[in-house]
Amino acid sequence: MTRFSAWNVFWNGVTGQKGWSRQWRDPEPKSHYDVVLIGGGLHGLATAYYLAKNHNIKNIAVVEKGWIGGGNAGRNTTIVRSNYAQPGNREFYEDSLKLWENLSHELNYNVMFSQRSHISLLHSPGAIDGAARNYNVMRQTGTPDVEIWGLDQLKTAVPHLNYGPNARFPIMGAAVQQRAGTARHDAVVWGYARAADALGVDIIQNCEVTGITRNTNRITAIETSRGTIKTHKVGLAVAGNTSRLWSMAGMGQLPIESHKLQAFVSEPLKPLLDQVVVFGMGGAHFYISQSDKGGMVFGGDLDWYKSYAQKGNLPIVQDVAEAAMAVLPCLGRVRLLRHWSGVVDMSMDGSHFICKTPVDNLYLNAGWNYGGFKATPAAGTYFADLIANDRPHKVIANHDLKRFERGLQIDERGAGADPKLHG
Amino acid sequence: MIRIPCPFCGVRDHSEFSYGGDGSVQYPALEASSQDWHDAVFQRDNICGMQTETWQHVNGCRMWLLVERDTMTHEIRSVRPAQTGLTTALEAIK
Repeated sequence: MTRFSAWNVFWNGVTGQKGWSRQWRDPEPKSHYDVVLIGGGLHGLATAYYLAKNHNIKNIAVVEKGWIGGGNAGRNTTIVRSNYAQPGNREFYEDSLKLWENLSHELNYNVMFSQRSHISLLHSPGAIDGAARNYNVMRQTGTPDVEIWGLDQLKTAVPHLNYGPNARFPIMGAAVQQRAGTARHDAVVWGYARAADALGVDIIQNCEVTGITRNTNRITAIETSRGTIKTHKVGLAVAGNTSRLWSMAGMGQLPIESHKLQAFVSEPLKPLLDQVVVFGMGGAHFYISQSDKGGMVFGGDLDWYKSYAQKGNLPIVQDVAEAAMAVLPCLGRVRLLRHWSGVVDMSMDGSHFICKTPVDNLYLNAGWNYGGFKATPAAGTYFADLIANDRPHKVIANHDLKRFERGLQIDERGAGADPKLHG
Repeated sequence: MIRIPCPFCGVRDHSEFSYGGDGSVQYPALEASSQDWHDAVFQRDNICGMQTETWQHVNGCRMWLLVERDTMTHEIRSVRPAQTGLTTALEAIK
């Protein structure tokens, strides 16, 4: 692998770009690995990288049924933030944000992390009080860059929101995290894949898991479309398909439902929006940022019914368009370029699982709801730590499948045990 | 758009309905063990394929329905009222 540096860019520029090597290998699967990670998305690749780097485990495979980053890694709205208030979540996402801040250097790959700030609009005195409470909790617990803005400050930063007297939900202020922002989702996939490959990880694409062989309480091998792979440990990081793999491993139910979430991108525009803006009021939900190519990237609610289809429905397109017009009426004549849908693993309390399972050598990474992208570096770090040491780190100690039995729900929204409500 | 044949109103767009959830969940008796309640409230099969689920026709007859629907193709196999007594009553009318 050729390292990226200013000198290498210059040297290849004057020598005909001949000096670059392949970014990652395309190996045939070996018959045995120490760890097999199922799912070549961001979390699987990041976990492989940190297993190799932090825990010195080199004989690792990441198996992916399609191509790496072709699932939710390539279907999200690329928002990174750490404004979580619940114990467990706030430490986890703050750790993640700190890792994001150095990720391009860590991976020697420009993930285009842009800390452009994350602005949640507030529309009532009650909403401002609620946000102030949560953001005060964060300020006291290690996230210093969150603050509440009044209307004057907001109008200076984002002058073209709908502040008009006839707005259906007049804006009264905003809850802001300054270090939040966006990153280039594909670059994060490629960066982790390249860095993991350089440490000896085999990334095996077009390799679908078709069966899991268990000998009482241990998995001995996985059957794939490219043959049998024996392994000591298996990590599951397959987002919306968790329940399918779970039953393949011969286990029963999970506190997860698969739902689909759509995202949209417009035609490219001149620079229009320099922040991530979020609108959530009553039944409406909308979040938007502008990509470096100029496209407005935005999304809204789930499609409201359980589904494994990576295909969105039209009523949500209408809902999201209405929300866009309520917040940024200047988008009215902008044309939509593409929209798509991903299958997300909505959990019963809106929080994730990084935990051991009833099978001794199977480890679970699931239940990311809307939030898997931003979690990537920390999810990789703590999942790798769990797999290598066979015990959960204290930061993720409560993110297990048994927490509901203990009466503990990590429910940021307070929405209760209904997966579709944890948007 | 999914089209749901409501047994009371006829075929309507799914946007008239509100999705409930997994219709196979049976809530235990009030005095059942907390493990039984935990399983009913939190644990799901999360089937990829044909599943029975509850929908409410909120912008129509407001009745709760049991819908057999494929969660991958969205094909609907059957729709019946959630209350068994109503199924019998509907058949009596026919």
